[in-house]
Amino acid sequence: MMMKKLVRMVLPAVLFAQVVTAHDGKPNTYFNPNTDPGNGGLTLPAGFVASRIAENTGRARHIAVTPAGDIYIKLERLVNGKGIYLLRDKNKDGIFEESQGFGDYIGTGIAIKDGYLYASSNTDVYRYKLDAQYHVLHPDQPEKIVTGLLDKRQHASKSIALDNAGNIYVNIGAPSNSCQEVDRTKGSKGMMPCPILDSAGGIWQFKTDKLNQTYANGLRYATGLRNVVGLDWNQAQNQLYVTMHGRDMLYTLYPEMFDSTVSAELPSETMYAIKQGDDAGWPYVYYDHLQKKKILSPEYGGDGKKAGGEKAIDPIMAFPGHMAPNALLFYTGNSFPARYKNGAFIAFHGSWNRSPLPQEGYYVVFVPFENGKPTGQWEVFANGFAGAPVIKNPRDAQQRPCGLAQGPDGSLYVSDDVKGTIYRISYNGK
Amino acid sequence: MRLFIYLLGGLAMATAFKPVKKNIQVPATLKASIERGKTVYVQRCMACHQADGGGVPRMNPPLDRATAVVANDKAKLIRIVIKGMTDRVEIDGEMYDNNMSANPDLTDTQIADVLNYVRNNWSNKAKAVVTAAEVKAVRAKLK
Repeated sequence: MMMKKLVRMVLPAVLFAQVVTAHDGKPNTYFNPNTDPGNGGLTLPAGFVASRIAENTGRARHIAVTPAGDIYIKLERLVNGKGIYLLRDKNKDGIFEESQGFGDYIGTGIAIKDGYLYASSNTDVYRYKLDAQYHVLHPDQPEKIVTGLLDKRQHASKSIALDNAGNIYVNIGAPSNSCQEVDRTKGSKGMMPCPILDSAGGIWQFKTDKLNQTYANGLRYATGLRNVVGLDWNQAQNQLYVTMHGRDMLYTLYPEMFDSTVSAELPSETMYAIKQGDDAGWPYVYYDHLQKKKILSPEYGGDGKKAGGEKAIDPIMAFPGHMAPNALLFYTGNSFPARYKNGAFIAFHGSWNRSPLPQEGYYVVFVPFENGKPTGQWEVFANGFAGAPVIKNPRDAQQRPCGLAQGPDGSLYVSDDVKGTIYRISYNGK
Repeated sequence: MRLFIYLLGGLAMATAFKPVKKNIQVPATLKASIERGKTVYVQRCMACHQADGGGVPRMNPPLDRATAVVANDKAKLIRIVIKGMTDRVEIDGEMYDNNMSANPDLTDTQIADVLNYVRNNWSNKAKAVVTAAEVKAVRAKLK
């Protein structure tokens, strides 16, 4: 009785205190996980374990882990006015009990490189100087290094990756499905040449240390990439790799050429190894992993069979359609078994464009690599994020993988942008 | 006294929520229109708005339980179906990224049918029927 009374009196005060102190750097339990169903609710290969280290962080897009093991998360919607959160596990119990918010903009991209934290909004890229503990020195005074990038709602997120020569690579997604005169409209022709490619549908390269760079200062590093959300600089190859979201609506726009089953499977989601000047072919072609070739887009005279894109690069790996590869990470750690070293983890957000078939791809995939090339087929690495075996509509998925990061101990972190669950996956097998 | 008020309140509630047995007859013409509209929906709308009308979070807005879909401004709905939509607008408290297709090639009847389907399917119950004549009138003004 006494206890109950105490709880009744103290609990609201505690809850209130959490909200108040959650963002001024003092310890709090605001994002503490309380619904971990065991192993984070995930199914993993033998020897791997998972846990939820934070929950309800918001719409957590990409994440970055510091060499000290703290986590920066970039949010697609502000939480208490902040778009970036630093999560810390001060007492090293596996729960990231402390959080600190800063940055008043939404976005997707976040990365750490050479003493700076880089983060993107849907139009700009910022950087923040880090101290010796990898904490941001002046959270309210970032340097704006890139500004004025295209944001027309569709495919507006700006993912980022950094090389070892002072450059940052920014994805500028095409605000279009297939560069039709009227987007996503039956009977509307593809524009020739596609004018969108001048300012989007590619990867742009900027300098990391110059302020206020615009399109005029940047280099269109690669083009013909509809919407790349996952990109990573492969340290072993010293090369950029990307994962692209393929086009939608083959059946809806061309029912005379495609049925809804084919349209659910095609076109492929693709992974490319990128060199400067590469063209991946969007919008003129798409990749078909069943026919194993680039097919001329129906907006540009294709019929689902005619090959095209002779000058465009081929993907190094192709996945079933519409699964939305949102993050790419080459594993450089030593705590996973040797076959994972230098291989690629890809976080798939899960599909929406496979209706009336069930949706697919709410999981993290692994692709084994050697010398920068896949050595085998892709495999599901971590599954169970959606919380149900069959997802008919993406809104039924309880979590959707969106970001990946590698911890200093070699563990793999996965973010979810439905509610902001953060997972850690580690290996304890022999 | 307080008890009495509770009882009174409860009684009022019970009366208010008592299932009303009224014969709501969907007119045969509307029923046929909804039936034809389903075919149009599957071909043109379902990819984005989904079989359950629930849309896709942050990409394609839901039609089920959507305020504007069941509202009385039929002309607005007709315009959106014909012209598509690329505006940055908040819909029932959420923003959506994708552009809405234009469907100028659908006939007046097809547009009326598909609107009757989405306005009277799932949990939607619109008060008024959309007619081909209304679509024709709106279309004439668009040109």
